[in-house]
Amino acid sequence: MTVQSLVPPTAARDENASRLANQPKIELKDVSFFYGKSKALKDISLTLPERAVTAFIGPSGCGKSTLLRMFNRIYEMYPNQRAEGQILLDGENILDRSQDLNLLRARVGMVFQKPTPFPMSIYENIAFGIRLYEKLSRSELDGRVEQALRRAALWEEVKDKLSSSGLGLSGGQQQRLCIARTVAVQPEVILLDEPASALDPISTAKIEELIDELKSDYTIAIVTHNMQQAARVSDLTAFMYLGELIEFDHTEKVFTSPSNPKTHEYITGRFG
Amino acid sequence: MASFAARKAKNTIMLSLCVLAALIGLAWLFVILMDLLIEGIGGLSFAVFTEMTPPPGEAGGLLNPIMGSLLMTFIAVMVGTPIGVLAGTYMAEYGRHDKLTHVIRFINDILLSAPSIIVGLFIYELMVRTMGHFSGIAGAIALAIIVLPVVVRTTEDMLLLVPDSLREAGTAIGAPRWVVIRSVAYKAASAGMITGVLLAVARISGETAPLLFTALNNQFWSLNLNAPMASLPVTIFQFALSPYEDWQSLAWAGALITTLAVLTLSIVARLLTARKEDR
Amino acid sequence: MVSIAEADTEDLSRESRQRAVRRFATSDAVFKNLTRGAAILVLVVLAGVAFSLVTGSFLAFKTFGLGFLTTESWNPVKENFGALAPIYGTIVTSIIAMVFAVPIGIGIAIFLTETCPRPLRRPIGIAVELLAGIPSIIYGIWGLFVFSPFLQRTLQPFLIDTFHGIPFLSSLFAGPPYGIGVLTAGLILAIMVLPFITSIARDVFATVPAVLKESAYGLGMTTWEVTTKIVIPYTRVALIGGIMLGLGRALGETMAVTFVIGNAHRITPSLLAPGTTISASIANEFTEATGDLYTSSLIALGLVLFVITFIVLAIARLMLAQMKKKAGG
Repeated sequence: MTVQSLVPPTAARDENASRLANQPKIELKDVSFFYGKSKALKDISLTLPERAVTAFIGPSGCGKSTLLRMFNRIYEMYPNQRAEGQILLDGENILDRSQDLNLLRARVGMVFQKPTPFPMSIYENIAFGIRLYEKLSRSELDGRVEQALRRAALWEEVKDKLSSSGLGLSGGQQQRLCIARTVAVQPEVILLDEPASALDPISTAKIEELIDELKSDYTIAIVTHNMQQAARVSDLTAFMYLGELIEFDHTEKVFTSPSNPKTHEYITGRFG
Repeated sequence: MASFAARKAKNTIMLSLCVLAALIGLAWLFVILMDLLIEGIGGLSFAVFTEMTPPPGEAGGLLNPIMGSLLMTFIAVMVGTPIGVLAGTYMAEYGRHDKLTHVIRFINDILLSAPSIIVGLFIYELMVRTMGHFSGIAGAIALAIIVLPVVVRTTEDMLLLVPDSLREAGTAIGAPRWVVIRSVAYKAASAGMITGVLLAVARISGETAPLLFTALNNQFWSLNLNAPMASLPVTIFQFALSPYEDWQSLAWAGALITTLAVLTLSIVARLLTARKEDR
Repeated sequence: MVSIAEADTEDLSRESRQRAVRRFATSDAVFKNLTRGAAILVLVVLAGVAFSLVTGSFLAFKTFGLGFLTTESWNPVKENFGALAPIYGTIVTSIIAMVFAVPIGIGIAIFLTETCPRPLRRPIGIAVELLAGIPSIIYGIWGLFVFSPFLQRTLQPFLIDTFHGIPFLSSLFAGPPYGIGVLTAGLILAIMVLPFITSIARDVFATVPAVLKESAYGLGMTTWEVTTKIVIPYTRVALIGGIMLGLGRALGETMAVTFVIGNAHRITPSLLAPGTTISASIANEFTEATGDLYTSSLIALGLVLFVITFIVLAIARLMLAQMKKKAGG
């Protein structure tokens, strides 16, 4: 496959170009990350515009997932992991100690590589997150669950078995359930950590379609090892290598005329 | 090196000895169960479950010790389980990387196999001496101390089996840690945790030593927790060592009931986790 | 463009989020401290056990000093107590138990992991584990009514006759055959800890990586050679840990022993004579002990048992933990 074929058609390109003019949603200023004493990310600065999809690509171990896990500070679950610098969400530094982590995570949702349905019914999987922050009547809650499932294009498949276990769904359905669960909390940002890498091609296509629909409402950051996927779904692409941000630009630009030779080598498959 | 034939012969002989060991070992255990079954059924009757323990030389039943055992076991589980679950939760969740957790795990493992008679002495000093008399509640607390390490251990083990990805997913939708634990981790680990409680019940249903000088015994019907209370194991102990045949036969019946209860609990516990593993 | 109505709901949800966040901060802190408190309670229990034993035995040690540990006499009438006989009995019965249970238990474990036909492995393994859970009082009552009379009729006369006139052994097996006694107690303990040692040994053997065994078989080793040269050396530390755990059990076991040991506070060379162990003395005499010194002496026995088993169990756990580290890493 040539590099050219990865580029979206012109019409889509124009639409994408307009998104790049959006307000900045997340701004990173000289962000570093440490596992114990080792520095995994080195002084990264970049800006994610609102209601656009930003993809992070790079060979495994380059720090792209680590970077994503900083946006909702999920790394705080483990000892000896620490971030430095500033990450501004709507202008507020979320790395600040006063930042409430639960609130941050309600604002910045995350979907993981492997589908992780909770060991409860499909309905409860969605309602669980909604109930955390809102007191709703039964009918309001029902409405929100349906809305979330529709948003994740799962409603038609599960509407007759809402009370059966989420673990009984197929892998692709489970992942869409996780997306629905994330959307249900009404976040502003959605982080996707290789959301399709454990799925078959058909399920992958569905997830990609979904990302395309979701970006009209949410700021999306996606980590993927699949370059075609990055090219297909994203407006901006960041190429990372050995904990450093090598190149960050419009997806189209990164895949057609990268400015850094390392990026060129990677997207043409010389290494990775 | 020895010749091939010699090595082969040695192999055959030693492995045959292992088979023999298995036969001997299992045969003894089989004999014990058979004797228990025969003698126990001989002593078993409807009256065992409906009548009180008799004075020597008269017929009677085991109703008061059975009820006493049930009551003390129930209280012990009610006291020991929540504390054990919470402690296990700390070790597997909040304190997983703490030094304190390592110390507690070590101490808990020692409590797990510490002689139960020492627990009896502890509760005697702590409760019987201060209250001035033996009591059912002292017996129940002694049993609770035996329940505690079993539940701590299984809770910690089972929670550690819950994948971190599930905790991350719960955390990522904005749930605080304790909600993730309660609604996600406990749910994922529930079968194993119930198994732990069942095994703890099995363990205390036959415990005699911690009751000897805490709950003592009671020849009469009493559910008063502030008074000495009869229990099945202590009654078995007392009746078996007596010279009266009626009592001895009741002791066998009691032993059979206890064993069946313990075996049933262990098997149910096993089935619970086995089904989980199959999935 | 955001309409006024939308802005309102947004404010509302932001406010309810803030409320929830404040609630979470409190409830999470409460739950965390609750679990930590429960965890610390485990330490408190052990400390409480140690403390109560020390204070309870204070009078005995004040009266008899360390001589308590080396005196055989146990006289409730004259209020003169020494722990030597129960300590001796505890150690001897445990040695007898381990002498029988360790080789047989390991033998069964080898049988289960190496030679047993596959369909039988699980059922036998489960049976062994179930038997490990049978309460000790069951072994006690069986030992009293079935096993002791059986030994009195068969093994004990045989031992007395066989070793009659042989120096040392004749005093070890000096008659009359009571049935109950130190040997019987040791054998009952052996039967009791057997399933325990078997299941631990089997679990430990199962940690040997299949590759290691396969490559040994690949060199042409026989099953027995693989077992003795690969499996046992590989698992040595954990195996000893498991055996120590079984020993800890035998040392502290009360009911199975109390029924059949005869409760005699003296040290006799003969294994067929009645004796006592620490736990059997406490179980038999505690409720009938009159006078503070008598009670205190029994608690002092408990303290001795606690210290011995604590050391044995601590070593056992450290050894097993080492194995876990090896298997994990």
